[in-house]
Amino acid sequence: MAQPGKPLIEVVDLEKDYPTGAGVLQALRGVSLSIAAGEFVAIMGASGSGKSTFMNLLGCLDRPTRGSYHLDGQDVSRLSSDQLAALRNREIGFVFQGFNLLPKLTALDNVALPLVYAGVGRQARRQQAQAMLDRVGLGDRSHHTPLQLSGGQQQRVAIARALASRPRLIFADEPTGNLDSETSRQVMGLFSQLNREEGITLVLVTHEADIAAYARRRICFQDGRVVEDVAQSEGAT
Amino acid sequence: MIFTSLFETAWHALATHRLRSFLTMLGMVIGVAAVILMLAIGQGAQAMVRSAIESMGSNLFIIMSGATTTGGARVAIGSAPTLTFDDADAIRDLQDIVAASPVSPGSAQLIYGGVNWSTSVFGTTPDYAIVRDWPMESGGFFSEADVRSGARVAVIGQVVARELFGDEDPIGKVIRIRQAPFEVIGVLAAKGQSLDGRDQDDLVIVPISSAQQKIFSGSLRNRARFIMAQAVSEKSMDAAESAINELLRNRHRIGVGQEDDFTVRNLTAIAEAAASTTRIMSLLLGAIAAISLVVGGIGIMNIMLVSVTERTREIGIRMAIGARRRDVLWQFLIEALTLSLIGCGMGVVLGIGGATLVESFAGLPIAVTPASLLMAVGVSFLIGVFFGFYPARRAAGLDPIEALRSQ
Repeated sequence: MAQPGKPLIEVVDLEKDYPTGAGVLQALRGVSLSIAAGEFVAIMGASGSGKSTFMNLLGCLDRPTRGSYHLDGQDVSRLSSDQLAALRNREIGFVFQGFNLLPKLTALDNVALPLVYAGVGRQARRQQAQAMLDRVGLGDRSHHTPLQLSGGQQQRVAIARALASRPRLIFADEPTGNLDSETSRQVMGLFSQLNREEGITLVLVTHEADIAAYARRRICFQDGRVVEDVAQSEGAT
Repeated sequence: MIFTSLFETAWHALATHRLRSFLTMLGMVIGVAAVILMLAIGQGAQAMVRSAIESMGSNLFIIMSGATTTGGARVAIGSAPTLTFDDADAIRDLQDIVAASPVSPGSAQLIYGGVNWSTSVFGTTPDYAIVRDWPMESGGFFSEADVRSGARVAVIGQVVARELFGDEDPIGKVIRIRQAPFEVIGVLAAKGQSLDGRDQDDLVIVPISSAQQKIFSGSLRNRARFIMAQAVSEKSMDAAESAINELLRNRHRIGVGQEDDFTVRNLTAIAEAAASTTRIMSLLLGAIAAISLVVGGIGIMNIMLVSVTERTREIGIRMAIGARRRDVLWQFLIEALTLSLIGCGMGVVLGIGGATLVESFAGLPIAVTPASLLMAVGVSFLIGVFFGFYPARRAAGLDPIEALRSQ
């Protein structure tokens, strides 16, 4: 658990440059904010606003050009790629727009995959993965492959995978982008429930206002800067 | 990451592209099978040569009547042998020589009861058994006294014993060699094939005096077609050779600048040359087979590179959920290794099967040794690592964000 008084995520003057053919693209131009444990944050912004870059940095998939990022008090910008991998494995879960399940593996094996890299034994892996599938309401679909599941079911399998190593932090990048409104509601309901009941910190990237309305804090990006950071009452649950 | 799950993952990935995996392995299969087959044939040939050399006797000279030039023997048909029994005795008295025996060879028909058999007849002296290091299976060799008296006694080889006598004991029986009766006093132990492929057990040996009197009646008395001599040791071969040359030139009164009327050959050296030829042959065969192994390895590398490109997104996903670079490296390395080792296993089966076929159909002796199997497995392992490493490193070096974005 996070140390009392300290935020789970704290970024100061975060900048990220990408070299391009025409010079340097400044994707982030000095972002400072903190997120406490247990928050449910929606990050909004138009495409090219820097929100995805910000997510990749927070998710330890990338390192900032300048500025600092402390995750649970630890300076992430100084970690090796192996240490980042370990953080992603144990502290962070990812949910993507395109689900990103491995098509040849069953739902159970997909969910168990993070545990493989955590060095968990085969038997324990299967038990924990099954428990997570039960948790997202797909306990009876564990031996289906992704292609045999609907989009909403695939996204729930992906959520179960994000939960598998019991992280404190889940990043969801447009998680409802490929879903219809009914399944979007189910998936968002599941996220709200995980946040409320298990205290999992949720950071959600979206460009849809009704999806962002599920969160209790909204951060808007524009041209690599935060232009709005407001608390909001939980909208549609 | 746990090792067993690495193999599981590799197996899974290969099993989803069965045909492709099989075709990729085919190069390894053929390579390994070829290596095993070639080594088996090569070693079989070597074993054959080795046993032929051992059966020949060691540190051996053959001194032939007549001169040779590089073109070959210049002895005209019907010309008289130039070597005498006394030459043989003189050679035997040389310091570096253990034994020397004059030989008068020919062929004749043997008859025992109602059975006949055509074979080689060697007229020689008791030294022949020493020179050729040829033990008896039963009975004994004839003596110097037998040679002096021209006794009608014979020692027969295994083949002759079998053909003439079958299950009967030949000792003490009388056979007729070109009508002349001879008593069989001994049966030689089996020697097998000689270097030039003749069956050494198909012969009969009689005292050289008796052979010249009773069998080869046209031949010159006290003359031998060739003399076989054994040196004391391998080291003394050179000294012995020049001593024989000098001795015979003196005895035959050959002046300086005149051509020898005899030829000394170091049989052991010739045999060793033959052995090293087969050794080089088997090395060459193995090297050619090894090339197909390398080609197989390149096939594996090619398909692994394709696989890495195809599975870029999978690699991104794995990295996002916590795979370290080395986990990804291992995953693809183990996949390449699994390909090459399964290919190796199939190649071993195919190679042994092929070797067995060659043995039964071509009648070539073959030897699939544990060493050659171990070598095949070891080389496949190395090829898997060598050709799997580059694609695996490429996979491990991918940027997770880029990889996740790929289609």
